[in-house]
Amino acid sequence: MDIIYVLVPLSILLIAIAIFVFSWAVKGGQFDDLDSPAHKILFDDDEHLINKKKSSTSEKND
Amino acid sequence: MSQAPDQCPCFHCGEIIKGTPQWHAHIDDIAQPMCCPGCKAVAETIVASGLKDYYRHRTNLPELSPAEDDSTDLAARDTLTLYDSDAMQRRFVAHTQDKAEATLVIDGISCAACAWLIEHRVNQLLGVEKATLNLSNHRLVVSWDEKDIRLSQIFEAIYRLGYKAAPFSATADDDQRQRESKKAIKRLAVAGIGMMQVMMMAVPIYAGMAEQYEIFMRFTSLIMTTPVVLYSAKPFFDAAIRDLKSRHLTMDVPVSLAILLAFTASIWSTFNQGVEVYFDSVCMFTFLLLLGRFMEMRARHRMGKAGNNLMTLLPTVAYRVNQSNTTADDDIIPAEDIHVDDHLRIKPGQPIPADGVVIDGHSSVDEAALTGEYVPITKSAGDALIGGTINVESPLVMRVTATGAEAQLSTIVRLMDRAQQEKPRIALLADSIASRFVAAVLVVSASVFGYWFFQGNDHAFFIALSVLVVTCPCALSLATPTALTAATAALRESGLLISKGHVLETLTQVTRVVFDKTGTLTLGRLTLEEVTSCSELDTKILCDLVASLEAHATHPIAKAFRQFNRLDVTDIQHHPSQGVSGRWQGREIRFGRPDFACAKTVEYPQSETGQWLLLADDNGPMAWFLLDDSIRRSSAPLIAALKQRGIQVSLLTGDPGNSAAHVAGEIGISDFSIGLSPEDKLERVRAWQSAGDTVLMVGDGINDVPVLAGADISLAVSEASDLAKTNADTLLTSGQLNVIVEAIDKASATRNVIRQNIAWSLIYNLIALPLAAAGLVPPWAAAIGMSFSSLLVVLNALRLTRHNKSIRLKHNRQET
Repeated sequence: MDIIYVLVPLSILLIAIAIFVFSWAVKGGQFDDLDSPAHKILFDDDEHLINKKKSSTSEKND
Repeated sequence: MSQAPDQCPCFHCGEIIKGTPQWHAHIDDIAQPMCCPGCKAVAETIVASGLKDYYRHRTNLPELSPAEDDSTDLAARDTLTLYDSDAMQRRFVAHTQDKAEATLVIDGISCAACAWLIEHRVNQLLGVEKATLNLSNHRLVVSWDEKDIRLSQIFEAIYRLGYKAAPFSATADDDQRQRESKKAIKRLAVAGIGMMQVMMMAVPIYAGMAEQYEIFMRFTSLIMTTPVVLYSAKPFFDAAIRDLKSRHLTMDVPVSLAILLAFTASIWSTFNQGVEVYFDSVCMFTFLLLLGRFMEMRARHRMGKAGNNLMTLLPTVAYRVNQSNTTADDDIIPAEDIHVDDHLRIKPGQPIPADGVVIDGHSSVDEAALTGEYVPITKSAGDALIGGTINVESPLVMRVTATGAEAQLSTIVRLMDRAQQEKPRIALLADSIASRFVAAVLVVSASVFGYWFFQGNDHAFFIALSVLVVTCPCALSLATPTALTAATAALRESGLLISKGHVLETLTQVTRVVFDKTGTLTLGRLTLEEVTSCSELDTKILCDLVASLEAHATHPIAKAFRQFNRLDVTDIQHHPSQGVSGRWQGREIRFGRPDFACAKTVEYPQSETGQWLLLADDNGPMAWFLLDDSIRRSSAPLIAALKQRGIQVSLLTGDPGNSAAHVAGEIGISDFSIGLSPEDKLERVRAWQSAGDTVLMVGDGINDVPVLAGADISLAVSEASDLAKTNADTLLTSGQLNVIVEAIDKASATRNVIRQNIAWSLIYNLIALPLAAAGLVPPWAAAIGMSFSSLLVVLNALRLTRHNKSIRLKHNRQET
């Protein structure tokens, strides 16, 4: 059980790092806009990346 | 809901096209109907840029219809080049080596697809490094290489998509808001992470473990809780101290007290091997409260558009005329360098930068922003010009008579400030209950502690703490803000933006709604009402003829004819304030004021309102056209609905003519006054207020600004001037007036929910208090009980968002 003397301080250290990274992200403006990223992911403007052959065969199957 | 076969909506802006569509744009190889050349141009730009997916993604139709706003035309282009001048750029562009960065405020964003469209289009431009659009405050941050592209080209790209852009420079207020929001996120994160960790460590403590480990766990919990109390909970302490100083009891006082007492007691326990520690309760309590406040703050900041300031109203640069008096030699100077007696040149389409007198030129000026009068007023040498109004037709040279604080616009702003200070204050229900409640909680906690202490109970302190936590008016303090936030969000969905806290509460008490006429009850723009032909030609051809004559004009009259076909008319000449002339099928045709169009004296057709214009050729009159400002479709149902709810309706207008009587009769308002100055309007509203009415004022123009400020609640319509928008308590974003009724209904629903919530939290507290005072509730159970009661309150409040859909559907049905 003595391992908790190592593990618990370690977890506190990890949390400290997490909080530091988080505030760095806040400072960098990552959290300025909480609305548009949620929508952006839905706009598939990646049609040119989709393999045309595959999609046409799947259409046939439908 | 089916549409008549002879009409279909414009594929781009959704406006109903009567008859067969005249314009088409090819999207995915299908010719889609377009209502006007403006829409067609925008749609073609979108397709040409490879961004046709916009039509698939969008969930809302565009806010600005290109037909209404022809800034894509030449007039605006000339103004845009102003943005390339150093005088202008100094104010909002940051330069680093060969790169430049600026923030632009975009107008006309209606859904996320707009943001997608603008971002992609601007990023496509050669020389643009990066463009990101923030959907919550509609600001585009763009950086570009000055060697490859000019700023005006970026502006033009945005205008061509059918949006408007204006430079943005952050105000101190705005920076402050930004900092506040960043800090709140950090505080919330620290509290959240701390809470999770401390709760995890609380499990073994509650489960019971060997003493040496328990002491260790207590110390680590202490380490984790310290930043939560000292950093995350700091806003509560600050607020509590501020409130105590002003001798005013708020929720923050017992909240701070509970956090501090529980924390210090737990520290004491940790060092002296006391019975219990409550670090987990402290963290949870702080986190939940912060979460509530964070939600509230986000709702508040979403109104951020108001922070996008007035910069668009007054131009920030001007052309100063030099000795040589040639256009090419004009100095471009920033607006703050304008002095009295300077000679300035104002090009068509540009706003007038200061008050002054015309010394050269002949044009018409759109003073709608100040007077509400939508028909431009003719100005020639010697006439006075007011800063902030817009030159419509041809270049003018003016001598400046007043700048800055002395200008007319500033006078109105001052009147508004005064009205705002004298605005009646409304006592908020929740605030007054809370303050009494808090005092009671403090007294009870103290007496519980005293009782148990003198009974010799070791747990006296923790029992008192339980009382404090269990009764902590968390649910009570959440009762109002959550309901308000939910209702605000629901109304925003339906097209009403609320930017001041008191609106929903005051809306339930409204006894009188006062409207402005032009631009509020009416559309504020000319539409073709009637055509009377006095020749053998078909009315359709006559309309097409006028449309061709007016094809390149910027005057509001021209806009009324946008929907018609173009014929082959040559030699088009504009005669400022009189009309246009051209050549068609070998004869000269003239359109405009009757005395201009036809040399002979002609008899006017009879009509109560509007403006009759004449189309004539060499042989005499061809047709009469009646142009008028049409009434919004949603006006009449709104008035009826308000009357049904027992609310008085009045109309106050600055318009001296008899059209006010006509409008009032049409939509059923019996109480109206005409020809009022901004001061008069304010006087009227004051009189009603002192007679006991709670007044909701709906307006749009700058002349309405003082009365908007003086009314109990003010509402600006979507097309309102920026000054009116930023100073109104609420803003109508959809152009649908009957949202006002929905808002009033929603406000009373909100009041009911608030009452239920307050009742619930009072009942909960009445049950929990005796139990806690009897020492039956340990602090952790108190914290859980408090959280559940808060959760219930929040869920109850969220019902306000759910009913919204059915209401809206009903409204839509009424509309069609």
